[in-house]
Amino acid sequence: MAMALLRRLGQTVLVLFGISVLVFLVFFATPGADPTARIAGRNASPETMALIRHQYGFDRPLPVQYERMMVSLFVTRDLTSFVDHGERVVPEVFRAAPVTLSLVFGAAIVWVLASIGMGTLATALRGSLVDRGLMILGLIGISMPVFWLGEVINLVTQSRMHDSWMFSWVPGLGYVPLTQDPVGWFKVLVIPWITLAILFIGIYGRVLRADLVAAYSEDFMRTAQAKGLSASRVLFRHGLRTSMITFVSLFGLDFAQLVGGGALLTEVVFGLQGVGRLTYQALSNLDLPLIMATVMYSAVFVVLANALVDILYVLLDPRVRDAG
Amino acid sequence: MTPIIEARSLGKHYRVAGGGLFGQSRRTLRALDNVSLHVMPGETLGIVGESGCGKSTLGRCLLRLTQSSSGRVLFEGEDITTRSERALRRLRPRMQMVFQDSYASLNPRRRIADLLSEPMRVHRQPSGAPHDRSFIAQRLRDLLDLTGLPISALDRYPHEFSGGQRQRINIARALALQPSLIVADEPVSALDVSIQAQIINLFTDLRETLGLTYIFIAHDLSVVRQIASSVAVMYLGAIVERGGTDSVLHAPAHPYTAALITAVPEPVVSAGARSRVILKGDVPSPVSPPPGCRFHTRCPKAEARCSVEIPALRPLVPAPDEALHEVACHYPLHPASNVPDRYATG
Amino acid sequence: MQDELFAARDLTIALPGSQGSMIRIVENLSFSLAPREILGIVGESGSGKSMTALAIMGLIDVPGARITGSMLFKGQELVGLGARALRRLRGREIAMIFQDPMTALTPVHTIGWQIDEQIRAHESLSRAGARARTIDLLGEMGVPDPRRAADRYPHQLSGGLRQRAMIAMALSCNPSLLIADEPTTALDVTVQAQILDLLRRLRHNFGSSVLLITHDMGVVAETCDRTLVLYAGNVAERGPTGDIFAHPGHPYARALLASIPPLHGVRPSRLLSIPGQPPSPAERPAGCPFRPRCPQAHAQCEQTPPMVRRGEQDIACVLAAPEPVQA
Repeated sequence: MAMALLRRLGQTVLVLFGISVLVFLVFFATPGADPTARIAGRNASPETMALIRHQYGFDRPLPVQYERMMVSLFVTRDLTSFVDHGERVVPEVFRAAPVTLSLVFGAAIVWVLASIGMGTLATALRGSLVDRGLMILGLIGISMPVFWLGEVINLVTQSRMHDSWMFSWVPGLGYVPLTQDPVGWFKVLVIPWITLAILFIGIYGRVLRADLVAAYSEDFMRTAQAKGLSASRVLFRHGLRTSMITFVSLFGLDFAQLVGGGALLTEVVFGLQGVGRLTYQALSNLDLPLIMATVMYSAVFVVLANALVDILYVLLDPRVRDAG
Repeated sequence: MTPIIEARSLGKHYRVAGGGLFGQSRRTLRALDNVSLHVMPGETLGIVGESGCGKSTLGRCLLRLTQSSSGRVLFEGEDITTRSERALRRLRPRMQMVFQDSYASLNPRRRIADLLSEPMRVHRQPSGAPHDRSFIAQRLRDLLDLTGLPISALDRYPHEFSGGQRQRINIARALALQPSLIVADEPVSALDVSIQAQIINLFTDLRETLGLTYIFIAHDLSVVRQIASSVAVMYLGAIVERGGTDSVLHAPAHPYTAALITAVPEPVVSAGARSRVILKGDVPSPVSPPPGCRFHTRCPKAEARCSVEIPALRPLVPAPDEALHEVACHYPLHPASNVPDRYATG
Repeated sequence: MQDELFAARDLTIALPGSQGSMIRIVENLSFSLAPREILGIVGESGSGKSMTALAIMGLIDVPGARITGSMLFKGQELVGLGARALRRLRGREIAMIFQDPMTALTPVHTIGWQIDEQIRAHESLSRAGARARTIDLLGEMGVPDPRRAADRYPHQLSGGLRQRAMIAMALSCNPSLLIADEPTTALDVTVQAQILDLLRRLRHNFGSSVLLITHDMGVVAETCDRTLVLYAGNVAERGPTGDIFAHPGHPYARALLASIPPLHGVRPSRLLSIPGQPPSPAERPAGCPFRPRCPQAHAQCEQTPPMVRRGEQDIACVLAAPEPVQA
């Protein structure tokens, strides 16, 4: 077991290394593009250019450049963005990360619980009006663009009905750190959570229902019924456990990409200074050091989430434990 | 006379994922271990055994649909073990296979006419000339006639047929290039009894009219008895007994064969209880077969020697009939087995 | 008739087909089962034998399925019984084992967990108490080292052990009726012999009646007291197993027995085979369903055949006796 975990860790490091090399090559070693000018920004003085060239080692061979970049990203953490007037990029990412993590974790809890509820309820009542209604609701959730939905909700809760008893508690847009004010943190985030979760509730609820209904044609579900178990027990203890595989795989992918910056639209709509927004800024300014930092940050999460999904598989399905 | 097909010390090993979280440990599964056999033209060899005994692997290795790990395969005296796929193509028309799952073997989106004519379009005639259109059309009619299918079948699709008829289509396709050897892997085990009888009869009739040689792989002893002239019994990748069908099934010398025969439920209600050997436990995993005689863990007659020494195939003396009857057992059920193995071949 | 444990009378199971039609999978099926008796239902695929088992268990969950006739279990009518009452019977009074023990056990729970679950669903027993009984049962079913086996997952056990675990689970609440649907079809022949031996001993050790559903005439001959031969959803013949195998009355039963290659005795040069194949329920001919394949069919077979009594056998064929008696 320990051996296997070590192997997995080794794989993770290897994947991260591969990604960093790839990103580095794309942005810093593209033929015909001078990274120095990019980093220095428009109208940079020749002195700045020379400083940058020396600092990043652009006058040295590529492996050295890569090494310098990685050292200043991970070890000294003093990678500096010149576009952004000498801002250090690592602390910038670290400031944005808690915002995104708060947003995505909360939304994930909402969508996992809601979609399991929706999927199991629809399965239990399959063929009924409730089932059909839930599936249509899911489809609507999938079809609504998150920025549109967010703006509409903002319009309702922030201005139109803000003074009514329903929404007077809603604070203004922005982020309140959890450590400062847990209640404020919750209040400010609960609407973004739901907004971000709605799309996923639709997808996950529908996927789960499809898998659960398929499970009902399995022999072991018939056995469970033949044992005289209650319908809910058959559904939850036998059906749900075995139908979570697709759900978990989807979750790993979605969760990782959201934490890695995929929640950009939600962050923009609700005025949250998260990683998505940071990445967006970096890209629109072609701020190479910041791009490097945010891409590495999201790679870490994607790889970690994958490792987590593997472990979840093992917990969910004993066959995976043995077969590998 | 040269055997139509011969296997010499054939072995097939697979590497399988072992335990561990990510399947890091790999182990060897010995699907076939040192199997030798030969089949004469016109003969039908039945290969019987329980799941995991390697009988299907043997069939596939004989036709080189699966590459064996060790040993040699000779087709009409010609060593085909290391032949290239290209060189094998010349021989492919002469050896064909029929599988258990009649539906999975047929492409569901193609008409029967296409399925049956495909081998003729892919392969050339023995003279080297391609099969012409009128020949193929005539051959299709002959094939349907041989296998008892209506001429209207040509324009239909596999799903429009019942399991029995689909198996007839599979047989017709195997016959398209006029093979001399057919390896049939559990061809009737997915069929209902009344249909099964039809297909067994079809195999019998085709053997007589076309002079075919069969290797008939089945788990059902009574089916094998009906069609085979000789029988090889396999257990965990090795042949434990072989000989003429009547000799092996009526006077089995290996305790496993005896247990296998008595375990078959027969559609006869007899007054007294049949004496039967009920074996303990299941077939061990071929990944970790027991040492010595592989059957010793379930054998009612096992002794100390059996868990150490692997028994070789040895002939019964005197031979019960003209065919050789051999058994791989230290303590066989029939005498004269402790005579040195004069006939044993490598 | 007083000592009947279970009796089906004119049981008909119809499933909705295309364009609103109802397809009768099983038609007017009648049979009874005495305590401690083993009754075999044999038939080819599509004969409706598995559907009959599911109907007794109340497990046909096809929307629009219609079950008519009567099924009396210990005097209680099962047809139309409410879901809650059925659930109390299932697993406790009537238990079932299925063909493939690999797929019939939930892959993500241990064997022991699954057996405990059934015990605790029907009896107020502590976790430890249930586990103790589970281990006892596994031991009785011939599972070596039952304590450890209980903690294993289905895929970690061999096919034979899985089926033993499945039987242990079915017997965990001492059911009066055990329905075994092709319990040995997925198993090797030497393991099948073990499981059949186990089933035969159940009536002594557990006092259970067994309804054994199979396509294998050999399994019936060796295991069942009485036999019911189904053809295309209809009873072809029923009676004591010995009588049916010695003098099959229905042409179908006769042909079925003759088409099995014998393991002993004279080897026929050709097997007797039944031409054609069984009709699908939607295309079943009126009258005797075997008529299109029957070598002795004649005009009278276009009428529904009477049930003819011959000794202890009931035969659904006009040829069975000179004087047909309506049943």
